[in-house]
Amino acid sequence: MAAQVITISSGKGGVGKTTAVANLAVALASDGRKVVCIDGDIGLRNLDVVMGLENRIVYDIVDIIEGRCKLRQAMIRDKHYPDLYLIPAAQTRDKSAVSPSDMTRVCNDLRPDYDFILIDSPAGIERGFRNAIAAADRVLVVTNPEVSAVRDADRVVGILEAEEKGTPSLILNRLNPALVKHNDMLSAEDVLDLLGIQLIGIVPEDEAVIIGSNRGTPVVTEVKSRAGQAFRNIAKRLQGQAVPFMELEQQGGLWQSIQRLAGRK
Amino acid sequence: MNWFTTRKRSAESAKERLQLVLVHDRTDLTPAELESLKDDLLKAISRYIEIDRDAVQIGLERDGRSQRLVADIPLRNVTRRHAG
Repeated sequence: MAAQVITISSGKGGVGKTTAVANLAVALASDGRKVVCIDGDIGLRNLDVVMGLENRIVYDIVDIIEGRCKLRQAMIRDKHYPDLYLIPAAQTRDKSAVSPSDMTRVCNDLRPDYDFILIDSPAGIERGFRNAIAAADRVLVVTNPEVSAVRDADRVVGILEAEEKGTPSLILNRLNPALVKHNDMLSAEDVLDLLGIQLIGIVPEDEAVIIGSNRGTPVVTEVKSRAGQAFRNIAKRLQGQAVPFMELEQQGGLWQSIQRLAGRK
Repeated sequence: MNWFTTRKRSAESAKERLQLVLVHDRTDLTPAELESLKDDLLKAISRYIEIDRDAVQIGLERDGRSQRLVADIPLRNVTRRHAG
């Protein structure tokens, strides 16, 4: 076994990186893969709460790097999936506590025993981001169909190309099909044309995502959720399966007709 | 209705604005620098041939993830000038 290291980044904050990592990790684990997530946002730890593992933290990634614990001691096992682990970020330190070579070393130690290592990159394009991409075999860029998020995503794509990390794949998050249909939101085609990279998934806006985060159970476990389905599809694509993209137009049409019925036009 | 037309265009204007912004971000060239590049370019060309400055079109264009500087520089019709 040799794990694939996948870093999820975005440039802009708040576009759904952490949510994407948590959901993809759970989806991969439920497909029977062995998965480790690493929270790369030193000082702004978040992946633990989104995954519902905040009460179990004893050691963190800085403890591993500085030799205060063994790698396995800092790995928190998920409540539902025995082959899913989290390595939390340090909360009281800053990005300078970790270097790109530290991240590479931690990932290389994990590689033989797992299928996927998912790294949640911090926002921005500074040290924390450089740490997060250091060991990546593949990078996924998350963006929203908004001008600021797309612009920042483009910067990240440019840096990845300059660093010879290859061209990343795009997760377009929080797409609102009804707004796209009204020409009030950039469409997936628009964003792809602007960024010039390949798409790996479109995640529609879905209230269930927030509900999942509130509970610490990622939405991907929600069978009926559209966003959950989108994340499950992305996880399949990461495993090399060709899964067709979801029909989002349909949902927009349905939503519109509901609005029309409700007299909102 | 005015309200309707402005709403209708917002995705389009987002895309148009982003197209411009991304080209400048990627080339690290400000609009002012691009203007002075155009000036220098036209000055250099003018030393050899007479050009129709008013009809010149020079701009950055995107081609997937790469950028190109595209210039369309019409030349003045020399024979007509001589005839006149």
